[in-house]
Amino acid sequence: MFNNIFKKQRYYFDSEGLLVVDMSPSSAVHYQEAVQAATQDAGFSGEDMVINFGPQHPSTHGVLRLEVVLEGELVKKVTPHLGYLHRNFEKHAEYIPYNEIVPYTDRLDYLAAMNMNLGYVLAVEKLLGLTELPERVEYIRVICAEFNRIASHLMAIGTFGLDAGAITPFLWAFRDREKILDLFEWLSGARMLYNYIWVGGVARDLPDGWVEKAKEFLDYFEPMMVEFNNLLTHNHIFIERTAHIGILPADVAINYAATGPVLRGSGVKWDLRRDQPYSIYDRFEFDIPVGEGMYGPVGSAFDRYWVRIREIEESVKILRQALDQIPEGDVFEAIPRKIRPPAGKEAYFRSEAPRGEIGFYIRSNGSDIPDRVKCRSSCFVNISLIDEISRGQLVADLVINIGSIDIVLGEVDR
Amino acid sequence: MQELIQAVQNSQTFLSGLSEAALAIIFFVLFGLVFATVAAVCALVFVYLERKISAHMQDRLGPMEVNTGIPLLKNIGHGWAQTLADAFKLLLKEDIVPNAADRRLHLIAPFILFCAVIAAFSVMPFGEKLVVSDMNIGVFFVLAITSFSVIGVILAGWASNNKWSLLGGMRSAAQIVSYEIPSGLVVLVIVMQVGSLRFNDIVMAQAGGILHWHIFQFFPLNLIAFIISFLATLAEANRAPFDLPEAESELTAGFATEYSGFKWAIFYLSEYANMFLIGIFLSALFLGGWTSPFGSLFGGFFDKPGWQPVWIILKAVAIIFLQMWLRWTLPRLRVDQLMYTSWKVLTPFAFVTIFGVGLWMLF
Repeated sequence: MFNNIFKKQRYYFDSEGLLVVDMSPSSAVHYQEAVQAATQDAGFSGEDMVINFGPQHPSTHGVLRLEVVLEGELVKKVTPHLGYLHRNFEKHAEYIPYNEIVPYTDRLDYLAAMNMNLGYVLAVEKLLGLTELPERVEYIRVICAEFNRIASHLMAIGTFGLDAGAITPFLWAFRDREKILDLFEWLSGARMLYNYIWVGGVARDLPDGWVEKAKEFLDYFEPMMVEFNNLLTHNHIFIERTAHIGILPADVAINYAATGPVLRGSGVKWDLRRDQPYSIYDRFEFDIPVGEGMYGPVGSAFDRYWVRIREIEESVKILRQALDQIPEGDVFEAIPRKIRPPAGKEAYFRSEAPRGEIGFYIRSNGSDIPDRVKCRSSCFVNISLIDEISRGQLVADLVINIGSIDIVLGEVDR
Repeated sequence: MQELIQAVQNSQTFLSGLSEAALAIIFFVLFGLVFATVAAVCALVFVYLERKISAHMQDRLGPMEVNTGIPLLKNIGHGWAQTLADAFKLLLKEDIVPNAADRRLHLIAPFILFCAVIAAFSVMPFGEKLVVSDMNIGVFFVLAITSFSVIGVILAGWASNNKWSLLGGMRSAAQIVSYEIPSGLVVLVIVMQVGSLRFNDIVMAQAGGILHWHIFQFFPLNLIAFIISFLATLAEANRAPFDLPEAESELTAGFATEYSGFKWAIFYLSEYANMFLIGIFLSALFLGGWTSPFGSLFGGFFDKPGWQPVWIILKAVAIIFLQMWLRWTLPRLRVDQLMYTSWKVLTPFAFVTIFGVGLWMLF
């Protein structure tokens, strides 16, 4: 059908803005000629080159596709095209009971599945008015969320190094992340998609000796971060590569509704764990690291990276306190037998995931199945900044900028 | 070479009847085959070395599984046969050529690169007599012939008809042309001191132990020259932190994106052969070449001719280790920083060393 409409034309743009070239024998147009004509019609000069960055590109952190307009190696325009990992989470959620949605939230930000579980579960608890949970449950949730934040940030800083061409830091980060995954495996039986935090409780109690092992890990881990910093963070080439690019001023970050390390990297001290404390975060001592512009302007790619490094240290602080204070108790006692909120109730809850604010809006219809679930994804919002911070820089900087935003496509596409 | 031909003609074998030209051709083909084989085997060894070195730097073990397969010795050998298995895999793989590619250029590009590297081995002094052609312009020949490699890379980038390949090829052209200047300049420093472009003259000028090596002469000018030369050749070989033409995180695989199977193996082989070439080249120029570091110690035992290839290969391997160490430690430079390093840091310092050594020799 489309071919008929555009029969006279050698090329056309489809609904997504993709260039489609008519390759049928009758049109007999050389592909390159058509592409050239199309790029000229689209307002680019003959010197410009439109290039597809992804979805099968090693540094798009998943299946992101960027349509990049290049002049030589200079980036003139970046358009992200999403949807390659779309799994219909929100529609699915309208057909399954509240507690069965939890495993689906694992697949949102699969690098921080605990935080996704927690965000959704807290939203459901708000809907149910379930506020009194056993102390032990709250502590276990915070411990899991912070461990997963460390694991997720390790992945972020490791792949950020990889984007800059440093391979060893990536494997060092993975080595340590692996140990956290081992702890989670012991705890929940899964290494990546845990389905561990349930409405009103957690899936199972901490195994015997888990707390000691976790403390052992923290003792091991802190010197490793020093080593990591010596290898990558304070490397002169790395600083030169990252500290002067991808500048994101604070007002732009706020206008785009950026959250998480992307926002804090621009110097805005905003963290839901401190500003709208949920669970038991108000009991712990920790700082909110912000971008300081150590080696260049505030809000550079380096600042976002540095915020993540510092957040790992802060998470270790929280973990040490939580592991020391964790009380005994029954973790199953508050789990509701049936989750059936009255019809027409709605709740929105946002929490601080490693990549920014994850928000869940839930509306009930009186049954055990939600009427509507909406997920506010931080990565989806943050990726829209890519054009803003990459324009006028080189291809190599574009790669660094994507890495500094640190997206997980599972959460972007949902 | 001429001595060899004379010797064969004077011998009483069936070859003695052949003309000088025919014998020369036979020897050239023979040496070519030998060096291509040696380079290929060396490349295999270095690939294995790189895997193991990188693995241990990254807290991994690297390949451990592919060993002899003999029942009792199955698990012994640290996966030494892995690169062999990979080489066979590459030979058997399908050779995919993109539809829109220029098939002929796509085919010859890797071989131009390979030939440029292998040809340079013909003047490399593995020993006093172990050199195919001890030309009087040996150093110049190496600089000239290795410049050919840029043609191979550009052709590969262009013929693939892929935008990423093109970017990689263009980067490579700019990079190799810029870094040839400092690497050529610092060679002058050594040539000035020896007064000859012949490799064996340069090596013999450093005979007599470690303290006579060029790197320790005219301190610290020659040391600076060595560092410049090391960095510039690193960049010419497209090794990290100067591996922009094949920057994996930016350009997928740069100029080699559209290559697979045997052609890709040739690219890989050339890279490791080039590393070996650089190792030999730098050790001949700065680290005493095939002379022993002990000089007349131990009764001159280590100075015997049999040790010569051992010494130069050991020195080359040390330089290769240094290259690998850098690769697995440092992030990659950006294009503008790469140019900055070449034009504003290495080239001025190269001139300073030339000037300094010149003054030193005058007074």
